[in-house]
Amino acid sequence: MNKLLTISPSPHLHGDASVKKIMYGVIIAMIPAMLASFFYFGIGAVITTLVAVVSALLFEYLIQRFMLKKPSSITDGSAIITGILLAFNLPSNLPVHLVIIGAFVAIAIGKMSFGGLGNNPFNPALVGRVFLLISFPVQMTSWPTPIASRLTYIDAETAATPLAIVKEALKNGEPFSQIIKEIPSYTDMFIGNIGGSLGEISVVFLLIGFVYMLIRKIITWHIPVSMLGTIFIFSGILWLVNPESFADPVFHILTGGAMLGAIFMATDMVTSPMSIKGQIVFGVGIGILTVLIRTFGAYPEGVSFAILIMNAFVPLINTYMKPKRFGEVVK
Amino acid sequence: MSTTVIFTIISLSAIGIIAATILYFVAQKFKVFEDPRIDDVEAVLPGANCGGCGFPGCRGFAEACVKAEELDKLFCPVGGNDCMASVASTLGKEAVMQEPMLAVLRCSGSHAVRPQTNKYDGAENCTIVSNLYAGETGCQFGCLGLGECVSVCNFDALAMDPVSGLPVVDAENCTACGACVEQCPRDLFELRPKGKKDRRIFVSCRNMDKGSAKKIGCEVACIGCQKCVKVCDFDAIVVTNFNAYIDPHKCKLCRKCVSVCPTNAIHEINFPERKIKAAKADEKAKAIKVTGVEKAGEKEVTAKTTNINKEAVVDSKIKEKVDNDTTSDKSKN
Amino acid sequence: MLKTFPKGGVHPPETKLSANEAIQVLPIPDSVTIPIAQHIGAPSTPVVKKGDKILVGQLLAKSSGFVSANIHSSVSGTVQKIDNVPDSSGYKRQSVIIKVEGDDWDENIDRSKEVKDDISLSKEEIIKKIFDSGIVGLGGATFPSHVKLSIPKGKTAEILIINGVECEPYLTSDHRLMLERSEELIVGTKILMKALGVGKAIIGIENNKPDAIEKLNKVNDNSSISIEALKVQYPQGGEKQLIKALTNREVPSGGLPIDVGAVVHNVGTALAVYEAIQKNKPLFERIVTLTGKSVSKPANYLVRIGTPISAIIERSGGLPEDTGKVINGGPMMGKAVNFLDAPVTKGTSGITIMPDEESHRGIIKDCIRCARCTQVCPIGLEPYLLMTLTEKSLFERLEKNDVMDCIECGSCSYTCPSDRPLLDYIRLGKVTVSKIIRARRQQ
Repeated sequence: MNKLLTISPSPHLHGDASVKKIMYGVIIAMIPAMLASFFYFGIGAVITTLVAVVSALLFEYLIQRFMLKKPSSITDGSAIITGILLAFNLPSNLPVHLVIIGAFVAIAIGKMSFGGLGNNPFNPALVGRVFLLISFPVQMTSWPTPIASRLTYIDAETAATPLAIVKEALKNGEPFSQIIKEIPSYTDMFIGNIGGSLGEISVVFLLIGFVYMLIRKIITWHIPVSMLGTIFIFSGILWLVNPESFADPVFHILTGGAMLGAIFMATDMVTSPMSIKGQIVFGVGIGILTVLIRTFGAYPEGVSFAILIMNAFVPLINTYMKPKRFGEVVK
Repeated sequence: MSTTVIFTIISLSAIGIIAATILYFVAQKFKVFEDPRIDDVEAVLPGANCGGCGFPGCRGFAEACVKAEELDKLFCPVGGNDCMASVASTLGKEAVMQEPMLAVLRCSGSHAVRPQTNKYDGAENCTIVSNLYAGETGCQFGCLGLGECVSVCNFDALAMDPVSGLPVVDAENCTACGACVEQCPRDLFELRPKGKKDRRIFVSCRNMDKGSAKKIGCEVACIGCQKCVKVCDFDAIVVTNFNAYIDPHKCKLCRKCVSVCPTNAIHEINFPERKIKAAKADEKAKAIKVTGVEKAGEKEVTAKTTNINKEAVVDSKIKEKVDNDTTSDKSKN
Repeated sequence: MLKTFPKGGVHPPETKLSANEAIQVLPIPDSVTIPIAQHIGAPSTPVVKKGDKILVGQLLAKSSGFVSANIHSSVSGTVQKIDNVPDSSGYKRQSVIIKVEGDDWDENIDRSKEVKDDISLSKEEIIKKIFDSGIVGLGGATFPSHVKLSIPKGKTAEILIINGVECEPYLTSDHRLMLERSEELIVGTKILMKALGVGKAIIGIENNKPDAIEKLNKVNDNSSISIEALKVQYPQGGEKQLIKALTNREVPSGGLPIDVGAVVHNVGTALAVYEAIQKNKPLFERIVTLTGKSVSKPANYLVRIGTPISAIIERSGGLPEDTGKVINGGPMMGKAVNFLDAPVTKGTSGITIMPDEESHRGIIKDCIRCARCTQVCPIGLEPYLLMTLTEKSLFERLEKNDVMDCIECGSCSYTCPSDRPLLDYIRLGKVTVSKIIRARRQQ
């Protein structure tokens, strides 16, 4: 024998799962919603997405190369996901320099400052988005109208999102049954023909991505279902109490970032709990916070804040929500 | 407007005063009496919290010192005798002097003299390897070379030598805290007295196989030939399980054993070079070695390879000396 | 719906290359090395010395306690020496080395092929005989069988489970045994039922062995023995998982199968019990699968204990050129072999040869907290956490997180997308925690 035998502890087989496969799986799942955003918002959507992805990759590369002096891991796809998710959370008429700032905050502060992929407590894309939302509220809350603004970028014609319209009207004391006639129909919301961030508008394409990820076993159903279920039930209770001063549950599910948040952002592996029980608690927490912020808070939309707040609770959830042990003696 | 300000000031002050009163009473209620001398003793300790004394951290040791009647069983290996003297004077007790100690690695199976027989591919942790199998070489007692000792050393006294694949003890930094002794799954570290003028002699091998079996795995293993036992005038050497051990308290550093050792398993550190004698000893050693090899019936091992490896050993020895010198020079600077 | 255990588990490619290869008898080698510790528990005490003439089936080493087992000679010849010889891990263990001369069997052993059906011995006599014959669990754990059959006071056995799951990829020795020795297996099961005093036995077999299920159903003439097909899922061969799958009873954490009234024996053990009771033949040979993608002739052999592993490999066409790893056992739980001349022992269920390109692990990356390890853990542990706690030496927390319940199935490491050596560290944590627990008990 001239060649040396290899010795390693068992198991000697490895499954076909890898970080790359998971990340590119998520990217594939995001493609339908991305194409939908290109369809509705045209040039603006393409520019925003491209800039976000390229700058996320660039910042990650630069930080790893020059600050951490580690081999670069941009090929693992996680920075691409952060870039796309960030773009999904931005209006299509956002100036390029703001997109770059957002990508910088997402990658440098949201991810790399904690040690890179796997170590960040908060969803990086949301860190970037919330930073932009707080720093540049005007630019971040002007939403181009779909289809009509396809060929324009910064100077796109804008309109408020259904959530903002409802919030404003309810605040002025208009009854919900009246408001509902002024906003786009639920069918429009379902296919995405409404104003809003790039990725959040088209519920149906987000659902296609969700089904894909479920089939590929990239994520489990627990977080999205518990989160959307909680939003539905909680807002449903409020609506039943007073159907005129609260929006109905279907509206809450279809509008804003509820779907996008539930499918792509709350399920981010790094920042979600490990056990099934914990994931359900996490989803329920996001659901309650979302409805609270939407109905009683200052912002019309609360999914990003709700997810970030629950991200902070993940270590606590992991400590107390243990999976059921085999043969556990129930006391 | 001004009423709001006044009201705010008054209410906040009131809350502050109430909270302070509660805190005061709670602090009184739960006060724990601590001997003030514990603080005093802790102040003179090195504060490395290495656990080398056997207590959890320096404070644990300080408490034990205050409680103990005599200090004879307590010793801070990091602070050494000076530190213990000041502990003793703080407490008005008698300090017991101990010899300064040093960790030594009892394996010299570098890559050059211990051929690799397989490749390990798994978690980089000596204990995991040791629990799994005999290691990457033919010696099941030797160093595994994954540097667990380096990772537990709090004093920067250990470093892996990439050439030999063995950890190297930095005599200047080593405080004999015993962390490496505890950690090494192969039990290769030993705390030995630093010795007069820092001179030490020890058997750098822990292999307990039969002599012939060892020779296959490692060129510099102690083969338990008893030559050193015979030559020692002070009964300082015992051979158990085919492995010699030099009792540091009986050893008078005469170096006779070093020159008779056929495999160079006995190491001498910080001795002046002895040119003429060394050459003779080398020749002698070579002669013994060759006959030893023939006796063992290992015809494959040619005299040539023996020589090459011998050079390698001598080289590494010289290197060690040079290293020691340079480190001591550095510390002087 | 086929039964399986409910939580966790993985499904590695089955790769049962040697499933259709009939068992061949491996020629007796020139000399055998029989270690005196081939089981869990105290090593046995040698009762022979250098120069002794030995017959096949003669006692070599006597059991040295309750949890220990006798060792018998697998060949006839002369004891060359009793020495420390490397086992497959490379560590040296005390072994008896016998130079083979002919093949003379102890005259008490019945070498006829016919199946003896009537069980004449009493319950106590059976357990005594199993102890004398040195029978240990042949599934790989090598736990002395008589210990499992001696029910502690206050406990009752209700059901006997015969483990024919063979969930390890590649291995087929149990499969072939069930096919070719079905009648004997059923008799062995009856003997075990008698020894335990139970009225019910289940033979659990994974559904990827339909021929074995069919054959056993055909030869089974006893209505109290049922043969159950199970969904293919690793690690179903684990005792606790198998009990859960077949009876829906959960062995309590830190407990034994007998706590839920179940006793599990491997099919190999059942056959060895049959041979010991009906044919007076102690345990000195076993079926070993030699397999691997690069092996020219994957096969199942009947091998005498103490035969060097290299002799089996030689028989199957020698070690392939691109061999990277030789595994003693299957690829999920087997141990990599360091020393190819190491002997086959009672626990060697197979030798798996892996080509070089499949022998290396991926580069370790940071944990991305995907929770796959938590999902696949059949015990409901959190491998990612256990690994971190071990790395940071937080052993108290490790104990609180039930590290001792780990069955070391390797599903976590198998599934980790970041190629983290989860099981390596968990094993280390288990060893350290068990030391701490032992120290605490002594105090």
